[in-house]
Amino acid sequence: MNNDILSSLRPALVMTLLFALLLGIGYPLAMTGIAQVLFPSQANGSLVTSGGRVVGSSVVGQAFTSERYFQTRPSAAGKGYDGMASSGSNLGPTSKVLADRVKAQVSAMQSAEPGKAIPADLVTTSASGLDPDITPQAAFYQIDRVARVRGVDAEALRRVVAASIEQPLLGFIGEPHVNVFELNRRLDGLGAKPAR
Amino acid sequence: MTFEGWLLIAAFVGILLALTKPIGLWLFALYEGRRTVLHPVIGPVERGFYRLAGINAEEDQSWRRYAVHMLIFNAALALLTYVLLRAQAVLPLNPQALAALPEHLSFNTAVAFVTNTNWQSYAGESTMSNLSQMLALTIHNFLSAATGIALAFALFRGFSRRSATGIGNFWADVTRITLYLLLPLSIVYALFLIASGVPQTLAGSVDVNTLEGVRQTLALGPVASQEAIKMLGTNGGGFFNVNSAHPFENPTGLTDFVQMLSIFAIGMGLTYTFGKAVNNTRQGWAILAAMMILFLAGTTIAYWQEAVGNPILHNLGVAGGNMEGKEVRFGIAASALFSVVTTAASCGAVNAMHDSFTALGGMIPLFNMQLGEVVVGGVGAGIYGFLLFAILAVFVAGLMVGRTPEYVGKKIESREVKLAVLAIAVLPLVILGFTALASVLPAGLAGPLNKGPHGFSEILYAFTSAVANNGSAFAGLTASTPFYDGLLGVAMWIGRFFIIIPMLAIAGSLAAKKYTPETAGSFPTTGLLWTGLLVGIVLIVGGLTFLPGLALGPIADHLAMIRGQLF
Repeated sequence: MNNDILSSLRPALVMTLLFALLLGIGYPLAMTGIAQVLFPSQANGSLVTSGGRVVGSSVVGQAFTSERYFQTRPSAAGKGYDGMASSGSNLGPTSKVLADRVKAQVSAMQSAEPGKAIPADLVTTSASGLDPDITPQAAFYQIDRVARVRGVDAEALRRVVAASIEQPLLGFIGEPHVNVFELNRRLDGLGAKPAR
Repeated sequence: MTFEGWLLIAAFVGILLALTKPIGLWLFALYEGRRTVLHPVIGPVERGFYRLAGINAEEDQSWRRYAVHMLIFNAALALLTYVLLRAQAVLPLNPQALAALPEHLSFNTAVAFVTNTNWQSYAGESTMSNLSQMLALTIHNFLSAATGIALAFALFRGFSRRSATGIGNFWADVTRITLYLLLPLSIVYALFLIASGVPQTLAGSVDVNTLEGVRQTLALGPVASQEAIKMLGTNGGGFFNVNSAHPFENPTGLTDFVQMLSIFAIGMGLTYTFGKAVNNTRQGWAILAAMMILFLAGTTIAYWQEAVGNPILHNLGVAGGNMEGKEVRFGIAASALFSVVTTAASCGAVNAMHDSFTALGGMIPLFNMQLGEVVVGGVGAGIYGFLLFAILAVFVAGLMVGRTPEYVGKKIESREVKLAVLAIAVLPLVILGFTALASVLPAGLAGPLNKGPHGFSEILYAFTSAVANNGSAFAGLTASTPFYDGLLGVAMWIGRFFIIIPMLAIAGSLAAKKYTPETAGSFPTTGLLWTGLLVGIVLIVGGLTFLPGLALGPIADHLAMIRGQLF
């Protein structure tokens, strides 16, 4: 037993060092170098610039709460869509906090636009708190409001939304979804004045 | 449930079954120490490592020496991580100027990563510097996985060798698995992830002026290189707090699908490697069949429950499946499937918040872990865990027919059965013991976010995940306290090494035995009867112990849910 321990010391220490250099320094740095050359956009967060300013990432969601925009899902990341504090609500199925939150949001939506079926994703928080997408149903649900506030034709808007739906690969890998950031950028490009 | 959802599950299983043999053969070449096409490139590196470390890769180690070398290596790795995390503030590659981690969190994290658990009491983006992510954490994703596979190889040798004293060389196994399997696969995989939108940079974060004119700061870092091995090695420790639910870790439906495949790929391949090692590939397929039956049963229940959704929300006017804690790009089917895959294997990565699953939908991940993660399981750990159940199964069959049990040409005698029971008993003993402790002590009761039975489920899930070395969580539990960090750290260590040591003792004991040829009186360990017996033993011996615990947690939660009772 003592012999076993003694014989292990040099291999254990040297292999720890060698593997640390190879796997902990060499591999991630090499991948970073390759990534920055081959895929610079993706490797740096798929950032989108407009007028020389970074306005968002096409991968990670940002908050849209204004009535002029298609709105994103409720978020449990910090105060909402905090890119430094990803989080779900972690509320369980029998949580009163969850039920109260959903109830309040549903009744606000129903009093604003009575009689419309409420898409589940619009009243539930995502897993990350940074969900970039909503379902096509949730996008269609918001067309009347956005059209009214912006003073644009609802039919034209419907066509924009329909064209923004991303379908699953081969029909079953992923779910149909609409990237809210991309959709709203198109919205700002429609000619109506942006919010600011 | 949708047609597309079932198509996803069918494609998932189909692709993996097609990959099982090629991956198994590659692993078999490493198991035997054969030359591969990668040897001209990697061979010099491998030999250089041995030379510098003074290793004789040809030395055949006894099970005791194999175990001691494995333990000392793992202790050295844990110590390295502990020191790096404690010193984080003064080390380079820390663009956000993050502070050092406190003692209890450094201890917990070091143990979590060495044991292939990757339990995370911290939020990555606001706790870990880039250097910590790379050097303190990523290396374990490789080496704890390689250790698991090496241990499986050792047990395979126990079954296949005759009257032998050794079970292989730990250093040769770990080095070959890392250099010829995990590293090359990770490089290709990381490139795919980067091309799909996963960041790979040394920057810490970037500021964004959103379309609504608000400032948003996005955490960045060397994500892809860690993500690749996190899945392949069934580690599961995410770069970000929400793991594979974060759009930067898992940006598309395709990356999600590939992540699920990569959790199972090596574990399934190892069942074929086992068959090759004992010279009868049908033995491997019989094990895989039992695993797949348990996997599909779990998937069906989880998918069904999540698709049905939460009646409490239905009554509020929100129709359809349960979308709380799920991402739109994955939806119900891929979230339910991911949750089953990640807990059947000992991965622990998540693409949805298990805490917000329906009561029974969330019970399946919990139950998968309680079975000991033998449904494919962690790389290496899954197959050696399953073989412990196989030893029990031949023992039970032997009792029924009144003969000395045999398995793949080895007599299974009292020593092996005792050791197998010892290893299997660790799980219920520690999970239930520690859960009971945390359920009565104030420091434990301070943890849960949710009230009522779901709060108990959060505690039970945490200790189950720790002992089973999974690492996923009902994440509402506040675990970054000295109480939970300490107790969970101990639980992870016991759950890993208190199973490994008896398992290696079995390997040594089997290797020393003669070959016992199969006779007309031997119980056949291929075919339907055997597969059915395996499923039964796993469910009864592994699962039944936990039924009372499940009744207090998820089952009570389910009854409350259908009655509309809130907590």
